[in-house]
Amino acid sequence: MSLQVTDLRVYYRTLAGDVKALDGVTFDVADGEIMGLAGESGCGKSTLGNSLIRIDNRMRYVAGRVVLGGVELPLLDSRAMDQFRFSDISIVPQYAMSALNPTRKIGKMIAELVESRGIAFRDLREELERRLQLVGLGPEVLDRYPMELSGGMKQRVVMVVSTLRDPTLLIADEITSALDVSSQKAVAQTLVEFRDRGFVTSMIVVTHDVSILYQIADTLAVMYAGKLAEKAPTDVMMEEPLHPYTRLLVSSLPEIGVRFAEKRLSGIPGAPPSLLNPPAGCRFRDRCPLAFEQCVEEPPFVEVEPGHSVACWKAT
Amino acid sequence: MLTLDRITKSYRVGLFGGSELQAVRDVSFGIERGEVVSLIGESGSGKSTIGKMILRLLAVNRGTISVDGVDIAGLSGAGLRDHYRRVQGVFQDPFSSCNPIFKVDHLFGLLRDVYFGRMGETEWRAKQDAAMAAVNLEPGQILHKFPHQLSGGQLQRLLIARALILDTQYLVADEIISMLDASTRIDVLNLLGDLKARGLGILFITHDLSLGNYISERTVILRRGRIVEMGATAKVFGSPIHPYTRMLLASVPHLHDRWGKDGVAAEAWAVAASGDTSEPCLYHAAFPAAARLPGSEPPPLVDVEPDHSVGCVRGDGGGRC
Repeated sequence: MSLQVTDLRVYYRTLAGDVKALDGVTFDVADGEIMGLAGESGCGKSTLGNSLIRIDNRMRYVAGRVVLGGVELPLLDSRAMDQFRFSDISIVPQYAMSALNPTRKIGKMIAELVESRGIAFRDLREELERRLQLVGLGPEVLDRYPMELSGGMKQRVVMVVSTLRDPTLLIADEITSALDVSSQKAVAQTLVEFRDRGFVTSMIVVTHDVSILYQIADTLAVMYAGKLAEKAPTDVMMEEPLHPYTRLLVSSLPEIGVRFAEKRLSGIPGAPPSLLNPPAGCRFRDRCPLAFEQCVEEPPFVEVEPGHSVACWKAT
Repeated sequence: MLTLDRITKSYRVGLFGGSELQAVRDVSFGIERGEVVSLIGESGSGKSTIGKMILRLLAVNRGTISVDGVDIAGLSGAGLRDHYRRVQGVFQDPFSSCNPIFKVDHLFGLLRDVYFGRMGETEWRAKQDAAMAAVNLEPGQILHKFPHQLSGGQLQRLLIARALILDTQYLVADEIISMLDASTRIDVLNLLGDLKARGLGILFITHDLSLGNYISERTVILRRGRIVEMGATAKVFGSPIHPYTRMLLASVPHLHDRWGKDGVAAEAWAVAASGDTSEPCLYHAAFPAAARLPGSEPPPLVDVEPDHSVGCVRGDGGGRC
């Protein structure tokens, strides 16, 4: 088991109180697994990705354990986390395109980065060029400034750099959202290829775009209002979702071939609750067509079948 | 009918505006009332530029845009106000369309000052409530709030209501749902469908093919400022002819059909970069460059079947093909 997260709680400090963005999340990611993490904006999916790599000073770690490859991550101790970052756990951030230093040539920037980690750039250069080749970039990009590259090219450079030390876990946060459809497909396929070639052991791909996840993810996890609603193998999630939120979400997605004139899709009425003072019990119950008395108690996130967990009283 | 007739737009770019970027080249199409036309293109294809030109936020370099036969280029003063009475726009980010220090009623207040100065309070209220009802919003819950107190979907619907309060006939909807969540975006999309049924002509600008396919009657595919293919949505999506359209369709992530395993990442990147193939060009078969009369310019598209036309495969109309 490459990653085990147990009851992770991370809140944001605000003047009005704690915003419970991540409120008790438990899941595993197996070796070689690409886990897709989907949810609406503000549901805590990016917070989950970020807190695995860096708890910044807006965030407050409240509880929970994260074990990566048998070693518990010292989430609270940023110094101690440094030995894991980049080599064991790595991230392709949401704004990968602006993640490059504009005043350095790409090659120089990468050299400075790896040398700050005590690795000689010379030893890595050959591997770096080989991997750039894999994503369709020649070695000449190393002599260019970031402004000379297109958005898709920068995205590829960041993906190659993030995975250069063959991390156990890669977190990819909304990396396809800002790209054109054709580049989106290439980015998604690059992620799969990196996994297949063993550059990355496991991956968490965070995005709001379920159709991209359907293409590349082995398992899907859906978050709602700071909690996991359901996690299952991708096909099970798309064909037989158990949580009412997942069902409504899947049925609201337009795809090629569905026309308004023939089949009118419907959204989910209402809005997620505020995470400042979230209501007790199931957080989806105000919008849920199946809600009943028991929903004022919080449903546990339980495994109903091997690899399929869900937090809903009706499903268990 | 809103008609675009061979419009062209170029921007000055580079240091001191030294070079020219052709953002829109020789684009013609029309929008009837009661239909949704989706304008699909990748970033930099000129789709937003076309929307802005229809809204007179930008001037065209060549060609004409007309509403019911009246060229909009020369309008000013009362004429321009009349144009905005009939043609309105809604944009991508609802939050940046609102002034954050005013409550949202301010949006309606501004409109009233310009267009309905003589209207009485009760009549105005009724008009406002009717527009809000058309987009399924409860005026009492919305109007006294600040923009940040509303969700993106609510605010976007409010902006549509604002656009509808005039005698709007045509709506330019520029990426209006790309910032919304999956659970709310479909409601805004359905709203466009309902407005269409009430006689509104909608230009739906998007980069998302599945959304365009869902809502529109006709589709225009734009690439680097040129129309590469257009026609009835079912025809463009059902039997795409231009290789660029086919490449776009093949890149769309489907929900029940996975991409083949064939696509090695390096190849996928090459496809994303070029989009060109060595296919025969229907356009130049119809208008061979050699048979062209000097000084005459052939139309930018050739019809392949009723309501379905396609441009040059290489995308450059000129001599290369």
